[in-house]
Formats: sequence, C-alpha cells, structure tokens
Amino acid sequence: MTPALLRRWRPPALSLPSWPWRLTWTYLGLILFLPLGAMLLKAARVGPVGFWEMATTPEALATYRVSFGLALVASLINGVFGLVVAWALVRSSFPGQRLLDALIDLPFALPTAVAGLALTAVYSTNGWLGQPLNEAFGFKVAFAAPGVTVAMVFISLPFVVRTVEPVLRSLEKEQEEASWCLGATPLQTTVRVVLPQLMPAILGGVAQGYSRAVGEYGSVVMISSNVPFRDLITPTLIIQKLEEYDFEAATVIGSVMLIFSLFSLLVINLLQVWGQRYQGDAA
Amino acid sequence: MTIVVPSLESPRPTPAPARRSRRQGLDLPGILIPLIACLYVGVVILLPALSVVVSAFAKGVGPFLENFRSPELLSALRLTLFATAVAVPCNVIFGLAAATAIARREFRGKALLLSVIDLPFSISPVVVGLMLVLLYSPTQGLLGRVVESLGWRIIFSWPGIVLATIIVTFPFMAREVIPLLEEEGWEQEEAARTLGATSWEVFWKVTLPSVRWAALYGLILTTARALGEFGAVAVVSGNIEGQTQTLPLFVEDAYKNYQTELAFGAAMVLGGVAIVSLLLKILVEQVLEQDRKASRNPLDG
Repeated sequence: MTPALLRRWRPPALSLPSWPWRLTWTYLGLILFLPLGAMLLKAARVGPVGFWEMATTPEALATYRVSFGLALVASLINGVFGLVVAWALVRSSFPGQRLLDALIDLPFALPTAVAGLALTAVYSTNGWLGQPLNEAFGFKVAFAAPGVTVAMVFISLPFVVRTVEPVLRSLEKEQEEASWCLGATPLQTTVRVVLPQLMPAILGGVAQGYSRAVGEYGSVVMISSNVPFRDLITPTLIIQKLEEYDFEAATVIGSVMLIFSLFSLLVINLLQVWGQRYQGDAA
Repeated sequence: MTIVVPSLESPRPTPAPARRSRRQGLDLPGILIPLIACLYVGVVILLPALSVVVSAFAKGVGPFLENFRSPELLSALRLTLFATAVAVPCNVIFGLAAATAIARREFRGKALLLSVIDLPFSISPVVVGLMLVLLYSPTQGLLGRVVESLGWRIIFSWPGIVLATIIVTFPFMAREVIPLLEEEGWEQEEAARTLGATSWEVFWKVTLPSVRWAALYGLILTTARALGEFGAVAVVSGNIEGQTQTLPLFVEDAYKNYQTELAFGAAMVLGGVAIVSLLLKILVEQVLEQDRKASRNPLDG
C-alpha cells in the first residue's frame, strides 16, 4: 500500500535524539521483559516432565475445555452477529444507528467487573432475561456455563465489528454491480462476491475476540459459579492455585496461557497480512 | 395471484442491501439486518448496561448517594484514582517515546517489536498478575530477596497494583500515535531542524502538536482501562478491604457479600466514567478524522 511505498523513498533516518529509543527499551525491559522472564525461568525450573504433568492434570484439562471451548462458541456467535452488526452500520441507515455504533464500544470502555455485575444481574434467575428464560425453558444462564459464554460474547463483540467495519466500508461497489448485472441474485452476490473479501477481516476479528475471551477474567468470574469441571475457567484456576500457595502449578498453567497468547498473536498477525494482500489485489 | 407476483419479483432487482436503495419495494434484508443487529446489541450490551443504572438508582438518588459514606468504597475509589494517576503519565511518556523512536525508523524486527508492544492485549490479565508475583513476591519472586532487603513491599501493596495497571495499559498510547506518525512525513521536523531547533524543541513544537489528537485518544483509552483493570490487580493486590482494594475489586467483593446496593453504586461510578470516556472518544475520533483529511490534502495536491 502507499504508506509502505512512500516510506521506502524517504531519506535515511533523521538523527533523532537517542533518548526515546533508550527509554523505550528500558521501559519495555523493566515492565514487560523482566516479569516475562521471571515466569519463564520459574516454568523452566519445573522441568519438562513436571511441566507436562502439571499442565495436564484432569482439573487443568477441564478448565481448558471450559475456557477454550466456550470462548470458541462465543467468538463464532460473534463472527456471525458481528458481521450482521457491521453490515447494519455500514450498509443501512436507520434511526438509532449512531447509538448502535456507540454501544459497540461499550465493552471496551466498561470495566470488566461492571460488565460481570451487569450480566449477572440480567441473566440470573431473577433477572430481566434470566427469569423468563428460566421459567419458560428451565434454562439457567448465570452461574452456569451459558453465563460464561454470555460474558465472553459481551467482551469479544467489538473486535469482530471493528475489524469488519472498515473493510466493508472500503469495498468497491463496482464488483457488486457487475455481479448483479451478470444476473446474480443478492444472495449470490453476498455469498460469492462480498463475503470472500470480508473473510480475512472476519477471521481476524474472531481470532482477536477469541484470544481476549480465553484470557478474560473479571466478567466471567462474576457470572460463573466457579465449580471445577463445570464452569471454572483457566484464569480462575491460576488464582485458586496461587491462593493455595501452589506457585508451581500456577506458573505452569500460566505458561500454557502465555504460549496460547503468543500463538494467537502470530495467527492474528498472519491474518492481517493475508487481509492486506487481499485488499492489495482487489485495489 | 396478483399479490404473489410482485412480492416474488421485488427482491430480485434490489441490488444487494448495499446501495441505500432508492427502490420503494420490499427490501427484506434492508430491514432485517438492522433489526437483528439492534436486537443482538440490545440483549448483549444495552440491557445489561441499563440494568446497572436501574439497580443503582432503584431506591432513588438519596440512597445512591448514601453509598458514598461507606469508608471501604471511598478508600477503594482513592486507590483506583491513585493507581491511575501514576500509571497513566508513565504510559504517556513511554508511549510518546516509543512512537517517536519506532515510527520513523526502518529496522529489522520492527513488526516484531510492534507485536511485543501489543503483547499485554493478548495476555490474560491474570497471567500478567502472576508474572509480577513470580518476580516480586518475597518468598517466591525472582527478585523477592532484593525487594525484601530494600524493605519494599510490592505484592499485596500499592506498588504492585500500580505496576499491574501500567503493564495492562501501556500499549494503547503507542498504538494510537505510531500509525499517525508513520503516515505523516518528517519534512516538518526536518525543516525545524535545519532552522536550528533542538531535538526537544522539535518534539514539543512540531511532533507533539501534530499527533495531539491521537495522543489524546490514546490517553482516554489508557485512563479508561486503568480505572477498570481487574484481573491483573486482583492477583497482586491481596484484596485487603480498605487497604489494597481497588474500586473494581470492591464491586466484586461487595456483590459476593450481598451488599448489592454498594456493588451497584460503585459499578455506577465506574460505568459513568466509562460512558464519559466513550463520549470523549467519539468526539476526539471526529476531530481526528477531520485532522487526517486536512493533513492528507496537501500531500495529494
């Protein structure tokens, strides 16, 4: 894209004062690398056999299932509805659109503890939505796995919407017009012309939301009953291990989550590269 | 029969919900999509947010204000404000330094460095807290002995809370400023330097003004997140009521102890701050958009 091209033409680096550079690295070193190193060192001391054993206890495996499984459900739900919301924001105009737009950012701005409190209040068996759901279907949301999913849906929705929205906005209308002129139905146009172009953005948003949902603690811990093997998430297990002074187990499980974070960061970056390439071809 | 034909026909020529179709015919996706979007966002986001407001003021404004007599709530509020007041300036300085250092340089591993700066976004806050415990805890920490011999207390005390807040919020500033600096050329800085300005003068008079809105945007995001941080602080604070309990921790604690009114009162404070920051963000976004357009035009011309 153009910024990259422009950058190449620029003269070699201005002799900027070196203090920002030094400050950046010192700060990163103290704030990020030092704690990261402490944890990796601690994890390395456990040894590979012990690490594997502690990382795969039935208790830990159950929390992975809850955290990674429900986060997947939540981010897939958001993959679908996030696309719908982004579509509504870009391609329609209706009263209240600006409010909708502002509401999307609320999960970013609202402290997770408040989100947890709000969701628990609404979805508990005497809440606005929890009560009818419970009376009509005997379905319990808060203090059970569905509640955890709802919390994860709440916090990961903006990621999909805000990733898809700009791409949808930048799509060229000509392609859709061409498709329509060639006799495609609106459905065909959407599925075969629009959706493929949006796919990198959708997957990128889903991946970001997934990564966030897996690591989420504040809102989930409030709406979950935190019963092991049922709806206990991995971050809560880490805290429980710390409270039991089982620092090794906490370190090992924390490292598993860290490895997952690094991996998801890689995937998200690759998806972004893919998306840029796609847009580059289209342009 | 006559009704069936147009209703079958009309969806076809509607060329995708794409264009704001001037057609008057039945535009089913055009109605359904906004409807589904509003319903979904209503159930997932709006209803829970409203429930906080309703619960907080359920008994009127008087009882709501009564909550602020609670010494625990006040001390939690004070600690949260303190942690934010320390963490945000630190991160603003780092963010600006990192942006000026990184944005205008090309070097191997630049993308990697940017990813590293993003790391706190993808690490679970609980893991961030855990890392701090494993570094500074007097018994388990890598630097535990050093910290103890200096007579400091980091874990289960305010420095740990501040550190946790800093780690979780530091990427915002750099994230917002770097793209803007990359987009703008450095012709202006060069001009300033050839005219004899010192590096400081260039930074204060040229660079900073050119990114002021992006910096403000980053500042708002940093502050909002710092005020609300939960997971990382929960691990390092020890959650001692009246001492190391921040406002978000207080919300959870009060709710678990069936002090529902206090919980919703505190949540309302945090929610109010969130809404203010959201409004500010929207305002700054608009200014930023205009700014970008204005700065692009001379480049095009």
